[in-house]
Order: sequence, then C-alpha cells, then structure tokens
Amino acid sequence: MYFSEQNKMIRKLARDFALKELTTEILDQVEESGEFPQEILDKMAKFGFFGIKIPKSLGGAGGDHMSYVICMEEFARVSGVASVYLSAPNSLAGGPLLLSGTDEQIEKYLKPIITGKKKLAFALTEPGAGSDAGGMSTSAVDMGDYYLLNGRKTFITMAPLCDDAVIYAKTDMSKGTRGISAFIVDLKSEGVSLGKNEHKMGLIGCATSDIIMEDVKVPKENRLGEVNKGFSNAMKTLDVGRLGVASQSIGVAQGALDEAIKYAKERKQFGRRIADFQAIAFMIADMATKLEAAKLLVYNAASLMDNKQNASKEASMAKFYAAEICNEICGKAVQIHGGYGFIKDYKVERMYRDCRVFTIYEGTSQVQQMVISGMLLKK
Amino acid sequence: MAIKVIDEKCIGCSKCQKSCPFDAITIENKIAVIGDACTNCGTCIDVCPTDAILQEGTEKIIRDLSMYKGVWVFAEQREGKIMPVVFELLGEGKKLANEIGTELCAILCGSNVAGLTDELIAYGADKVYLADAPELEKYTTDGYSKVINEAIGVYKPEIVLYGATHIGRDLAPCLAVKVNTGLTADCTKLEIDPDDKKIRQTRPAFGGNLMATIVCPGSRPQMSTVRPGVMDKAVYDPTKKGEVIKLNAVFAEGDIRTKVLEIVKTTADIISISDADFIVAGGMGLGKPEGMELLQQLADKLGGTVAASRACVDAGWADHNIQVGQTGTTVKPQIYFACGISGAIQHIAGMQESDLIIAINKNENAPIFEVADYGIVGDLYKVIPAIIDELNK
Amino acid sequence: MRILVCAKQVPDTNEVKIDPKTGTMIREGVPSILNPDDANALEAALVIKDENPGTEVIVITMGPPQASEMLRECLAMGADEAYLLSDRAFGGADTWATSATLAAGIKNVKKIDLILAGRQAIDGDTAQVGSQIAQRLKMPVVTYVEDIKIEDKKAIVHRQMEDGYEVIEVQMPCLLTCVKELNEPRYMSIGGIMDAYEQTITTWNHEDIGLSPEACGLNASPTQVFRSFSPPAKGVGEMITGNTVNEIAGTLVSKLKEKHII
Repeated sequence: MYFSEQNKMIRKLARDFALKELTTEILDQVEESGEFPQEILDKMAKFGFFGIKIPKSLGGAGGDHMSYVICMEEFARVSGVASVYLSAPNSLAGGPLLLSGTDEQIEKYLKPIITGKKKLAFALTEPGAGSDAGGMSTSAVDMGDYYLLNGRKTFITMAPLCDDAVIYAKTDMSKGTRGISAFIVDLKSEGVSLGKNEHKMGLIGCATSDIIMEDVKVPKENRLGEVNKGFSNAMKTLDVGRLGVASQSIGVAQGALDEAIKYAKERKQFGRRIADFQAIAFMIADMATKLEAAKLLVYNAASLMDNKQNASKEASMAKFYAAEICNEICGKAVQIHGGYGFIKDYKVERMYRDCRVFTIYEGTSQVQQMVISGMLLKK
Repeated sequence: MAIKVIDEKCIGCSKCQKSCPFDAITIENKIAVIGDACTNCGTCIDVCPTDAILQEGTEKIIRDLSMYKGVWVFAEQREGKIMPVVFELLGEGKKLANEIGTELCAILCGSNVAGLTDELIAYGADKVYLADAPELEKYTTDGYSKVINEAIGVYKPEIVLYGATHIGRDLAPCLAVKVNTGLTADCTKLEIDPDDKKIRQTRPAFGGNLMATIVCPGSRPQMSTVRPGVMDKAVYDPTKKGEVIKLNAVFAEGDIRTKVLEIVKTTADIISISDADFIVAGGMGLGKPEGMELLQQLADKLGGTVAASRACVDAGWADHNIQVGQTGTTVKPQIYFACGISGAIQHIAGMQESDLIIAINKNENAPIFEVADYGIVGDLYKVIPAIIDELNK
Repeated sequence: MRILVCAKQVPDTNEVKIDPKTGTMIREGVPSILNPDDANALEAALVIKDENPGTEVIVITMGPPQASEMLRECLAMGADEAYLLSDRAFGGADTWATSATLAAGIKNVKKIDLILAGRQAIDGDTAQVGSQIAQRLKMPVVTYVEDIKIEDKKAIVHRQMEDGYEVIEVQMPCLLTCVKELNEPRYMSIGGIMDAYEQTITTWNHEDIGLSPEACGLNASPTQVFRSFSPPAKGVGEMITGNTVNEIAGTLVSKLKEKHII
C-alpha cells in the first residue's frame, strides 16, 4: 500500500546489490581491518545510492523518502556498517546543505558527495553536549572576513575519512540554542586535528573520532545558512536522520529474524527442530509482530514526508520504536542460537553489537520520548 | 487437445492454480478457469483432488506423413573424429528404428571424412549420407544447415537426432526453421508410441524441476537434441554392412556468412565449490592433511572439486573458501561425497540439497548416513582408491 | 548503431520449491526475473553504447502484460526503447511459434544493425529461439558468444566450445546468442529506475505485427506438450555392502552409471 512501482524496483536493486557486493568474506574483512573497501563505495555512488532523494537538478537520482528507507533497510539487513556509509550523503551530510546551502555551496560541497568523490561529516555532539546539544561550547567568533572556531566535537562518524564537515558552533555564547550557527569546515584547515579512532562495540569499519579545532579560520562564505539559525538546521536534518536510523533498525532486525528462523528450523534438540517448541516459536511470533509494527511506523513517516507533510512526531516515534525493538529482536535472535549466538562466526553476534547504538545516536530514545511527549503535551 | 474444468466438481481449492507452470489458471467465483496461456501440459489434471479437470481431444487435420521414413542421426565430427555422443545416438536410434520398423541412417558432413563411414556403419547405421566438401571442414551454421536441409528435403526422414553439444544446439534450431518442423531440446528419454509410431520426447524444464513429454504430431521430421552421456552406446560390430550415399555439397559465394578465424583450446579453470557438479568433501575422519590429496584424485577423476568440513578448515588442512556448512558455503552439486564426515547439523545444513549424497565413514552410527543416498561403512583410505580403480575401468 | 536485445521474463527456477506431499512444483511465490543470459546480452549492448555514444539499445519481449516490469528493468539499466509483444493469440507457443512472433515484431522495429539474445532461458532451457529468429530474418547467427568486438560492419566473436573457443568473423547485421561468461551485467541505477517509469513501452498485438491468429501461439506450434510430471523423488538412502572393498566400489560405480550420473 505504501510502495510505488519505482519503490519496488528500487528494493529489488538494493537487495541485489547488498547481497552481491556485501559478501560474508568482505564483511568479515571489514570487521577485522576496520576499513571499508573504497571500490564498494565507488559502486554505490555509480549506481545512484548517494543521492537517492536528491533532485536530479542537483545531480541526485530524484527518488523519494520511501526509496531512501528501502535502500537503508536492504543494506542494513546485510550489513549495519554499510548502511552507515549509505546514510551519510543522503541524510546527515546532505541534509544541512540541502536545507540551507547557497548555490555555490551546493556545487562545491553537495555534488561531490553524491558522486562519491568526497566525504562530508556532521559534527554536532561534544564531550559535554550530547542530548543537550544546545549546551555546546564550541565557539565561532566573527572576525570580520572570517570566523574563528575553537572547540571539540566528539563521536563524529567518518571524521577520519572525510574531506569536510558541517560543524555547529556558538556565534553568540550568551544564547542557548538560538546562538548556534552552522559552518562548512575543510578538515585539512590549519588548526583542525582529529582525535584517535574510537574502539567501538559495533558498526566496525566506519571510523569515528573527535574533531578538535584550535583557532581555525573559516571563510565567511562557508557559513551555512543564517547567523544563529544553525540549530534549526541541525534539528530539521536530524528529523530525516531519524528516518534513516529507523530504517537501519528495521533492516538489521529483519536480518536477525531471518537468521533466527533459519537456525530454529535447522537445529535439533530432544529429537526435533527447536522451531517445534512453543517457547522458540512464540519468541519468533513476538519478534515478527514487533518488526512489522516498526516497519509500518517507518513507512508511514516516509510517506508523510513524501507528501510534504510534517512528520517530526512520526519520524521520532519510528526511530524510538524501531531502534528499541531492533535491540530486542537481535537479543532474542542470539538467544535462539544458543551458544552459537555468542560466536563471531554466526551473523547474529555482529548484529547484536551493531544495533546497540541505534537507541543512542541521532537522538537517544529518551530524547525521542521528550520530542513526542513535548508535541502531545504542549500547553 | 484442450484442458477443461468440470465446474460442478470443482471445489475452488486452487491447487491447480498453484501448480500451473505457466500461470494460466485463475480462480473466479470459487471455480478454476483455464486461461489463454495454457499449453495443455496436464499438470493441473494430476493435482486436482476431485478429478474436476480433464483433457479433451480435438480432431486435427494432419499432413500426409507416410512419405517420411527412417531414423537419422547427425554424425557430428570435429577434426576428423566422431563425437562420442553420436555412438549413443546410434544406440538409441537403433532401438527407435526397430520399434517403428524402419532403417537407421547417419548423416555426416566434413572434408575428407569418407573414412569415418565404416565406423558409423559398424555402430549400427544402415546407411550413411555423406557430404564431403572443403567448405565443410569446420562447422558453420550456414554450411551444415544448407546441406542437411537439402538432404532432408530429398530423403525425408521421419526422425532426426542430434547430440546436444554446442554444435548440435546451434545446428538443430536453424534446421527446424529451414525444414519447417518441430524441435525438442536436451531430451533425456525417447520412446515410440506403440499405436501411431510417433516419437515421445521427454526432457527437463524449469531448471530440472519439471519433466515434460513432447510430441510433434503434424510436422516431419520429428527432431530432438539429446544430451551426451544419457543414452546407452551402440554395440560395435565391424562385420556389419551398410550403404554410403554421397550428397551433393556445392556452395555458392555468400552461402556461408561466417568465417572461423582461429580455434583455441583452453585448460580447465578451477571451479568454485558453488558451481561444481561433483564435490568430494573431507572431514576429521581423514586423520591427516594428506587425506585431502586422495580426495583431490577422486575429484579430478570426476571432473569436480574438493571441499572440507569446518573442523578440517580449523585444523589448517583446507582453506576456508572450500568450507561447506552453516558458517561456510551452501552447495547443491549433482554428487556430494562426504568422506570421514560425521554429519553434524552445522555441516549438513550446507549440503543437504545435493542431488546425490554418498557417505563414507568408519562409524556405522554416524549421523551422515541419515541424509546419504548411498552409505558405505569403511575406511576411506581403502574405499576411495577402490572407487578410483572402478572408474578407471 | 541500433542494437536490439531479445529478452524474456522468467520465473527464478533456482527458487522453485517442490510440494513435499504431491511432488509437484510450486509456482506461487517464485519471483519473476530478467532471464540471466538475456541480462548478459543487454549488458553487451550497453557496453557498445558506452563506447560508442549515439548507439541506441532496443529491448523486445514476447509475454503477458506483466513482462513490462522486466522491460522497465532493462530501461533502468540503460536501454533506450522497449517493445512488448502481448496478445492472447501468442499464448501456448513453442519455440517455433515464439521465434515467428519475435521475428515479426523485430521486422516492425526500425533499422536494426545487430541483434543480441541470451543463449537460453532458464524455464524452457532449449536455446532454440535465438537461432530460429536469425533464420527467419535471414541473418547469420553465432551462438554461445563469450566475447564480442565490433569493427565497422563486422563482428569478431569468440564462440564457446566445450574445450575452448573459436574466433569467428561475421558480417553485420547478424544475431549473436550470449553466454554468462561474456560479461557481468550492470545493476540498474536509482536514477535509471526513476526515469524508466517515465518512458513509454510500446505494446503490439498480433495485428500490429502482421500475424494472423493461426500463425502464432499454440495454433502454430509444431510441438506440443503431451504431459508433464515431476522428476522422481529421492528414495530412502541405501547402505552398500560387500565382501571386499572392490566389490563395494564396483556396486557403487555401477549404480552411478545406471543413473547416467557418470
């Protein structure tokens, strides 16, 4: 009911691509080395995956939000980390530029990330400002013909691999969220350095690190959007970002459910398949039902966005629910695998670790609850 | 012939709809309706639980087919040697010819190949039609189809058989259009209808998931390509006598529109276990890494490849890329030899869909015997060499 | 240059399951795909287009209305024009009738320099239609092509044999049937998919291509299906015994030979 013919064909493409390119061997290699093959990223760019819902006029594929959800779902079903690479240009990196970029900025910074020639990071979080983004302390002082940036951003996905970053900093330290502006910063600029690559629990293969700025000069034309209007740019970007994480969640959950069903049918104990025991069968029923509900929340949010309606609440609900049940489903999938679920040779082990961050990044579940209740309980 | 549903008997269970290979059945108002895509294959008739579907015969005007006599075999030769499949076709052709009560002939094309006619006669051909010309030295679609088309036009065989080789499968379709008749590919079984003496050709379709028996009621000759290695070879009798009939093989400029510039032979590449038709796999029962070499010998003999259980890979006796099982690759070969493999579910999950599973294990209670089609309790270091010996005979 | 590709939408026979109770094939739920060998043929055409800008790639198929989905896939991969030959009269056709219909359809399409087809479809597995179309259009044909080079008005191709290949020169226009070793078909692109649904698929019935109802479909098929059945199911396993190892080996090998497996 939600899918157009184009959506269905895009699902076919995404599934084929994910299954063919993201083989177990390659994914094991990625987990070992911490690096993701550039050839696969190049292929993703070539076939339009980095500009799914960006208009054709800007070099994208001209698809809709539903197409983006579908691609994320199918990639995440096979590999959580691959879906992170898929989301960047479509979501957190592309978003700010699409919302507030001038023609020159779009030409210079958006187009290259669609073609895969460059990578761009989204830098909002700080050591002292996670959920409380407005509490950031990175400063941007107006020096006349440039801004001077000082501060530290933390947990920035892909920072070690990126050419540039959209960095949110306070142009007015006296104000909270209303004093934040957005800047496009060349990570090779003088004064920019990166922290060490974090050793993460999951989503291995996509380096994450701090970005440290010490008296970094950012030219005036690199301010993204209006002064002190950066926070709403970040929030609007995160709205779509939420859709992305929700899609990752239903994708990984589907992958885990598939594995659990397969294993339950194969594994025999007490003379029969463990699938024939109600304890396991009912677990699977639970998992499948919750996943279906999550999917409908996600598809609904995408559908509203495609109809140009406000979907902030729906996207938040989708992210909140999908991320939570994904963790539940992955946990149960490991349980169904018994001892083998604890062994790295079995796919569910990685899925369990990968999905843990879904309830945390791009707005924790608790922040989502704030967003949702805030909308419902407005005075 | 048409397929009809007896409405009163139909209970709308839709079993016929689900089984129709051509998606030709719909259920309307709880009754099955046969659509236009129906090919009269009859699969629905077999699955209907209430016998509500039947096949109706219809009268059809048939051309005078009595002028067509004889079973012909295309005697494919390459570089002056007759292809092995031809001897199988002659064997099968003889059976068909005897049942019909007609003669068996071979049709041979090439350059300076007159010497091969004796062999064809010794293998059962009553007649050999020979087309010998320099233009026929190398196979070309135009060259061979021109000659054979003319011969069929003059001598009117009722059946022509070709080996389903790369050449046979190229030549036969072109001839079917030239001669204006039906062709059935890759037949695995040929029979003669006892009443009307027409051929019934059985072949696999849908990737081998369905078998179909095909007839060619109104056109002649009835033509089939037959896979090598399926039919039994003819008996060789050098005392047998036969006739050689020379065909007129004259070509004008532009008759043959392709030119063979070069022939290149290549050595076989290493097949991956996912693609292999024959796999010889080893488990901990090998006892030592050298055991893999013995398996390789059997694999080479069969034209297949080796594989290993996880335990062997972990022990360093084999590479992970040939590991079969839950955490390795899933394979579906024609034959899977499980040698010294106990048969834990983690391994079985990766090979249970194989067409034929042959298990060799010292332990008669090994779980592998539960999924094997053929089981041998014994020492693989004795059994496998014995199998290789047998294959060498 | 205008290159025409013959394509077929087929059930994915690798995904077909057998009903364990009746032993019959379950067609339901099996996805329909672009026939793999035809994807290789289309890829070959697209490669020529990549190397020779201005080349047009046309795809034609004979099938029911839902075959248009497969044509959209071909457009999404990069084809320029798509034609669907669809008519109840075409139903039940064997390869003879199918090739007659496709040949008539191809004659209706403007000026074709080269025709590419897959070697065989994974449902029929006959490998006959490509050659037969060439015969009807009076074009030279080379089958089992695993390499193509176009030079002026000639094609130099590698024709796969069981033990190697032949290098063959053929004048264009000609028809080539392609095998999977020829290339690796490209994916569709997201932008390509969006565009594909904006393009027109031309649908022709038997009248549009000048065929009478007797000249197509089941009516025009010299071969007919007498009956079809499931291949025999595997029986329960058998233990092979004997007094000596050689006896056991002998029994096994003769059983394998009986089944024509070796």
